[in-house]
Amino acid sequence: MALALGRKPIGLDIAPVAGRSLWQDARTRFLRNRAATASLVVLVLVGLFAAFGQFLAASPPDYVDFGLLGQVKEQGAPSLTNGHWFGLDEQARDLYARVVQGTRISLMVGIVGALVAVVVGTLYGATSGYVGGRVDNVMMRIVDILKSIPYMFVLILLLMVFGRSIFMLFLGIGMISWLDMARIARGQTLSLKNKEFVEAAVATGVKPLTIILRHIVPNLLGVVVVYATILVPEMIIYESFVSFLGLGVQEPNTSWGALISDGTGTMQYGTIWQLLFPLFFFVVTLFAFFFVGDGLRDALDPKDR
Amino acid sequence: MKMKHFFASSATALLLAATPLLAAGTHPETGEALSDNQTFTYRMMDQFPTIDPALNEEAEGHKVIRDIFEGLIIQDDQGNLIPGVATEWSSPDGNKTWVFKLRPEAKWSNGEPVTAQDFVYAWRRAADPDTASPYSWYVELSQIENAGAIVAGDADPETLGVKALDDHTLEVTLETPLPYFPAMTTYATFAPVPQKVVEEFGSEWTKPENIVSNGAYKLTELVPNEYNTRVKSDTYWNADETIIETVTGIVINDDNTALTRYKAGEMDYDEPLPAGQYPALLAEMPDQAHSVPRLCSYYYAINFRDSANPALSDVRVRKALSYAVDRDIIVDQVLKGGQTAAYNFAHEKTAGFEMPTIDYGTWTQADRDAKAKELMTEAGYGEGGEPLELKLIYNTSEAHKAIATVLAQMWKQKLGVNVTMENMEWQTYLEVRKEGNFDVARSAWCGDYNEASTFLDLVTTTHGSNDGKYSNARVDELMAASKTSMDPQAAYTEVEQILADEMAIIPIYHYSNAFLLSADIKGWPYDNVEQNWYSKDLYRVAE
Amino acid sequence: MLNYTLRRIAIAIPTLLILVAITFLLMEAAPGSPFATERGVPAAVLANLEAKYGLDRPLIQRMGIYIWNIVAHGDFGESYRLKDRTVNDLIAQGFPVTLVYGGIAFVVAVVVGVSLGVTAAVRQNTRLDYAAVGITIGAQVLPNFVMGPILILVFTLWLGWLPGGGWQGGQWQYIIMPVIALSTSYMASIARITRASMLETLNSNFIRTARAKGLPMRRVVMYHALKPALMPVLSYLGPAFVGMITGSVVVDLIFSTGGIGLFFVNAALARDYGLMLGLTVLLGALTVVFNLVVDLLYAWIDPRIRY
Repeated sequence: MALALGRKPIGLDIAPVAGRSLWQDARTRFLRNRAATASLVVLVLVGLFAAFGQFLAASPPDYVDFGLLGQVKEQGAPSLTNGHWFGLDEQARDLYARVVQGTRISLMVGIVGALVAVVVGTLYGATSGYVGGRVDNVMMRIVDILKSIPYMFVLILLLMVFGRSIFMLFLGIGMISWLDMARIARGQTLSLKNKEFVEAAVATGVKPLTIILRHIVPNLLGVVVVYATILVPEMIIYESFVSFLGLGVQEPNTSWGALISDGTGTMQYGTIWQLLFPLFFFVVTLFAFFFVGDGLRDALDPKDR
Repeated sequence: MKMKHFFASSATALLLAATPLLAAGTHPETGEALSDNQTFTYRMMDQFPTIDPALNEEAEGHKVIRDIFEGLIIQDDQGNLIPGVATEWSSPDGNKTWVFKLRPEAKWSNGEPVTAQDFVYAWRRAADPDTASPYSWYVELSQIENAGAIVAGDADPETLGVKALDDHTLEVTLETPLPYFPAMTTYATFAPVPQKVVEEFGSEWTKPENIVSNGAYKLTELVPNEYNTRVKSDTYWNADETIIETVTGIVINDDNTALTRYKAGEMDYDEPLPAGQYPALLAEMPDQAHSVPRLCSYYYAINFRDSANPALSDVRVRKALSYAVDRDIIVDQVLKGGQTAAYNFAHEKTAGFEMPTIDYGTWTQADRDAKAKELMTEAGYGEGGEPLELKLIYNTSEAHKAIATVLAQMWKQKLGVNVTMENMEWQTYLEVRKEGNFDVARSAWCGDYNEASTFLDLVTTTHGSNDGKYSNARVDELMAASKTSMDPQAAYTEVEQILADEMAIIPIYHYSNAFLLSADIKGWPYDNVEQNWYSKDLYRVAE
Repeated sequence: MLNYTLRRIAIAIPTLLILVAITFLLMEAAPGSPFATERGVPAAVLANLEAKYGLDRPLIQRMGIYIWNIVAHGDFGESYRLKDRTVNDLIAQGFPVTLVYGGIAFVVAVVVGVSLGVTAAVRQNTRLDYAAVGITIGAQVLPNFVMGPILILVFTLWLGWLPGGGWQGGQWQYIIMPVIALSTSYMASIARITRASMLETLNSNFIRTARAKGLPMRRVVMYHALKPALMPVLSYLGPAFVGMITGSVVVDLIFSTGGIGLFFVNAALARDYGLMLGLTVLLGALTVVFNLVVDLLYAWIDPRIRY
């Protein structure tokens, strides 16, 4: 991913010239991309659904309707009259409420996982690139080594060792993904390192850690944002895989992966809505993330205009 | 288990053996026209760990072992004992010493005769700590002299109470009289093994290219996680009456995929079915869907340790929890596979067992719910009282998940009990359960042999699977006495009554085995509650 | 170049050692014993089992022995669960299966993905382009554990064209569905990456020059644009390869192919440490080798890269 950014040194705002900043430019370019803008709207809607969707639910996500249990196929189809908008799941729970809950957890796993990866990766990469020399060499070799570990397998082990919890999922999935971020951040840092504003900071005796945090990292922001939008859907896909293996979140909690996996199991038995609703949210959200990611990349990459 | 049964059925078997050889194309007894295609393909849920009789500990491997090794005694389609390698057996001294007469025509697949020494070797090997069999406890359970000491490493395997009086006579000495000892010999652990082959190849002796066996079939292919094939053995003493030529087990992990592939005609037998699908399948394929009782009981273990929720030490809370479980919903609305609601522990179809009438089993669910609420309030928990939080553990499976979900809601909606569910894979679950890190644990027990003590022993203080650590001196006493009693039913009734009075466990249902079987496969042992099928008894009729 | 290769191989050794160490540590920390049974194993038997698999020794010594056996004898030890087989046996059984369908899926993903991506780029903003973009994103986000059962439903139950699973030594009709299920999402990723990078290349000055000279589009794409446009695809191949190995878990589970993916999951669930270690080391080694190959290819295609 070759991104050229940060032409304007953020650390050295000398004169209050009223010009268009890089970010304003980017916003204009992004908004001109219709697919990306529409996708952003979709993401906001999905976010609202996750945050407030439960207020429209007929019953809490763990509530079993004993009157309908065992007749889900006949009477559990999506219906406007009984308030089960998305129908019922196999245990006669309101699927709408469960999709809301699943959306919340999947988005959380995706965003927190990506955040972990991005924060760790950026700091690691920036440090490695800025310090350089032997330290850089060692740090990058460590990344090389870690990249050769079959991570999904290690994640399976982690979930077994430390039990299944949302926290473990965040951590495990986040840990898999910071390596690429570290490499990218390092590359960018190398090119920033010799810029005048950094040299000025060094000359005035600013501490290396401060330079990394105040001058390098802010200039990496563009790359980081783009990378994060690619990571979020990846995390969500990882989570669904883990759920499929039965290692996901604990009942009565749920996630898209768990719902889709359950729905796939029963798709031939006349309850196809159990697959379609969660799958719809899953697919639409991932689509949106991809488009937003593409849009951001184009918007933040000044050479491709 | 009644003694006369054994001999009656062995007599029938001898008669059968005397019937004329199988006429080409028709079944010797029924005269049905046989298909030219005598193959049988069944689904395996998982790859079995081993087909070494001494090391086997689970059902999938046992299916193969039953086909390729023949023990002293086997079962017929009712689950009655019939002669295998042994033609007759008796105990001269009231069930303490057992003498088995072996048939001289029994042969290994390399042509050598099967002798009493082969059994002596196999049994010593199973008990020997150096073999490190996870099922060595079974030898101990059978009460053979010195078995316990050998398994514990305190005695030489040579001292095991089993002796070859001559090539075709085996004598077994038990520590305490055991009327159902012959029934125990039907399990894989007591199958003969070929000493020379085992010693020559070590742990690789069960590979298809090395194995020598004495059953109706021999193993020809085994591809782990994919399939195994066994073909009819010509050296089997009753090969003339063995009709199915090739038996194939294919591994399909997922119940739904297995069902799709069954419908596509890729196999003849599919079990287990996806939870809740049996009624639809029965309507769709009435000639292929079956549900028969199976000798297992499903229950929730209650943790009696001090570390568990203190509320559980109150019998009223335990009763309330049990009463609030609507078993009919679980059986009829969730599982729908012909299981029966259970209010006692031992499976109702256990041979010779008369299921006692448990009081609360006769109430209506509304009565049970009302009583449950009352008891809960009395105990001071739930709605209006102290909140009750329980940790429920279960091992990963769709059906266990469905039951736990529904059951937790019953407790929550009726009693205001909050349940935290924790699902873990089998090995972790076993450890957590053993350590007692739970309040209620999903559990099940399948009979090791067809007699009620296989269930009721579990609630005695020292039993290895009594993970709730329930302990009652009277139960221990009764179960110990039942071992030597000629009529143990009274003891069993009393134990079940105590379990219900103290609500030692929460019984949920008695298993059934719901499965699909091709309509042209006949000879299936529907009435064998252990569901021990032998491929040699099956045949495919012409359509 | 040779120097670089040697250095990379030198790094591979500590990589694998660290991998073994991590796996050992996690196994040590994992709850649940491989020998636990519902009934409870007598202490004497447990002691014997632990002695048999060397679990009575300290961790460091066990690691040492394990590594030595691999290095000196090529022996990956015993499976704790599948008692009739050694780990070497099981790998010999399962690995070729994974390699065959994984390899085919990989080739399919690259060939179809690149073709699709190039076509979409060349016909940018036509219907063909939109269709390609839509299909690829759709294919990328449809989880393969959903696609697998649908394939079986359609091709096995409804159409009756293909067997619903198994491997049977790798006959073609058993390979098709696993390959489709495994390759689709990677094919889609590759197509997307190719399209983006092709567009960028087509807009670059040297291509404009070539076009200006009047070279036909086809020739420009084939001889000038393709090679630089493939650079980002190349760097994606490493992760794609690892992803396919991971994806083989799903394929093995759904199609009963008997590859190492299912072996690994089963081993992890049953705490079959012997088999789990063996497979982790094998996959680690494979990943190292594959990453190296990709990097060398990179250098070969783009001579500007120096190591």
